[in-house]
Amino acid sequence: MSALLETLVNRPYAHGFYTAVETDAMPKGLSEDVIRAISVRKSEPEFMLDWRLKAYRHWLTMTEPEWATVEHPPIDYQDIVYYSAPKANTDRPKSLDEVDPELLRTYDRLGVPLRERELLAGVAVDAVFDSVSVATTFKEKLSRLGIIFCSFSEAVQQHPDLVRRYLGSVVPYTDNFFATLNSAVFSDGSFCYIPPGVRCPVELSTYFRINARDTGQFERTLIIADKGAYVSYLEGCTAPMRDENQLHAAVVELVALEGAQIRYATVQNWYPGDREGRGGIYNFVTKRGDCREANSKISWTQVETGSAITWKYPSVVLRGDNSVGEFYSVALTNNHQQADTGTKMTHLGRNTRSTILSKGIAAGHGRNAYRGLVKVANSAIGARNYTQCDSLLLGDQCAAHTFPYIEVKHPSAKVEHEASTSRIGEDQLFYCMQRGLSSEDAVSMIVNGFCREVFKELPMEFAVEAQKLLGVSLEGSVG
Amino acid sequence: MNRLQRESLDIAPMLEIRDLHVEVDDKPILRGIDLAIGAGEVHAIMGPNGSGKSTLAQVLAGRETFRVTAGEVKYRGRDLLAMAPEERAREGVFLAFQYPVEIPGVSNVYLLRSAFNAIRKHRHEPELDAVDFLARVRERLGAMGMDQVLLNRGVNEGFSGGEKKRNEILQMALLEPRLAILDETDSGLDIDALKVVADGVNSMRNPERAIVLVTHYQRLLNYIVPDAVHVLVDGRIAKSGGPGLALELERHGYGGMESGPAAPTSMKETLKETS
Repeated sequence: MSALLETLVNRPYAHGFYTAVETDAMPKGLSEDVIRAISVRKSEPEFMLDWRLKAYRHWLTMTEPEWATVEHPPIDYQDIVYYSAPKANTDRPKSLDEVDPELLRTYDRLGVPLRERELLAGVAVDAVFDSVSVATTFKEKLSRLGIIFCSFSEAVQQHPDLVRRYLGSVVPYTDNFFATLNSAVFSDGSFCYIPPGVRCPVELSTYFRINARDTGQFERTLIIADKGAYVSYLEGCTAPMRDENQLHAAVVELVALEGAQIRYATVQNWYPGDREGRGGIYNFVTKRGDCREANSKISWTQVETGSAITWKYPSVVLRGDNSVGEFYSVALTNNHQQADTGTKMTHLGRNTRSTILSKGIAAGHGRNAYRGLVKVANSAIGARNYTQCDSLLLGDQCAAHTFPYIEVKHPSAKVEHEASTSRIGEDQLFYCMQRGLSSEDAVSMIVNGFCREVFKELPMEFAVEAQKLLGVSLEGSVG
Repeated sequence: MNRLQRESLDIAPMLEIRDLHVEVDDKPILRGIDLAIGAGEVHAIMGPNGSGKSTLAQVLAGRETFRVTAGEVKYRGRDLLAMAPEERAREGVFLAFQYPVEIPGVSNVYLLRSAFNAIRKHRHEPELDAVDFLARVRERLGAMGMDQVLLNRGVNEGFSGGEKKRNEILQMALLEPRLAILDETDSGLDIDALKVVADGVNSMRNPERAIVLVTHYQRLLNYIVPDAVHVLVDGRIAKSGGPGLALELERHGYGGMESGPAAPTSMKETLKETS
């Protein structure tokens, strides 16, 4: 068993990466001048620049957090380029023939459509192509319903009042080291507003994920569901994304008003580094939803298989009475990947409910930590939480940790926590192989079974992709 | 083709075990097994607890926790011990487990279809899609007296002992192995479940298939009449005979069996005794 796992674990990462290309970038380093320059390039109104500068000045007083169970060499924040414009077509690969065949093989296995493969791999394509016209039609359909869905930059220009009202209202610029850095320098991202009573008829961003390629390392997303509105949002992509930036510090803010519901699903598969853990993305993300008014609901579902380090706690503030927060997570770490991820459920309103379901899979030398806070304020009469954290270990070099924090200030609260750790059994593998399955397929099947309760929460097409992704991730790295 | 015809044509048996020695943690478990099983035959391997019956079954299926220190096993003329477990399975070796394993979250029907298609693919036969496969499974389910609900439950998850064993037989019926090895499939079954399992096995008997029944008790052999019975004691075959040997064992127990030098068990002699 251990010999088998060792063989599987030590396979090279199959996805590969494309070489760096020239970019229209600012000089390295961070200063007020750089921030002013970013704001000017984006033709931002005064309030945005003020906000960025306040964030920057606050950031200077902060220190990098050290409490997460992750290890990395110190980050030199003056050695980072904080703004790069989309790459010129002349610098891109001319066709898929010039792209790493391993990357193409992965796209093929994941069933990524041909046109999307070109975009994901950064191939130079004409400005007008099929997907764009699809996207345009799609946008028109949404605008008839009054739904605003556009890039953050566009929202700042077209809908400054909405941006001004909600930006930083969930994650303030003083929130934490990485969120504050993001507030100062964020380059772009997505903006979405669903008007009262409107149910968004499509999963947002399915058609748009390809457009996210150049949003860069400091991405900012803001989604507002007005009274009684509903939206389901998909972030990310199962295909591995090319990216030259090592540090990613994104911020996502969700606002749900009375009776509104937001479902936010993420699949993250960024470059995890090589077998020794060199290279790879540091993914330090702040994601938070605010159930601002009564009877609102926010669900986070995430499948995390990429990045060298993942540091991420999609959270919900349950402010409105009877509001509901949910967190469903699958996090896979392999080779030298590290993940410290979980959630925070802050119960403020009466009869607020939250559910946490976390599935951590550690293989190779991977380190996987669940860290979760359930906080019930003394105003949260009748609050309830149910938490389940399961860890699955492959091999004997990996580690799984669970750090639950529970703070309860009202005696009527009911908080439950269940945790389990198991290992893929030699007997389970042998059973599957005796039925004719390869060891890879057996591992993939067992891991998928372990994650099933979370996959059920994903939108259908994403769930299918996520299953394939685990299969491919395990093939390229575990089994 | 019957045994005599085969003998006269001098066709190699389906499974041929020669002087097989197996250790676990440096402790010898099998100490020189010789056994030959031809297509169309049903052999029972009996013996007291700890005699090595289950070890033999698992070594044939390719379990790595056992170390083969000497001997050879030929399966349809090929070196079985050199084949990976999944290759053996795809080539038609099936083990019904004594303790079927639970795999939470993986539906029973999904595992079944994956296994079925892995074998079809190996045989260059078209794979079946979910709909066609389900139709095929339902056919067999009825015959096994199994509830359809079990198909969508996790593999063996929360199954009763009897359900787990019947599930193994269902898998066998679907995968249509050439060599089926049933490891104590009768243990823990009530008489009704035993009959269902026996009917399942009997319906699988045909001239192209060999079946090995590993069992502690004679009871199963009332329902599945074997062509030959072998008694394993201390890692050696102490005695071989026809179906009558099982009844003799029931009367006298394993106590009278010697654990001395291996009794003659080459196929010719086995056949002489059974005919």
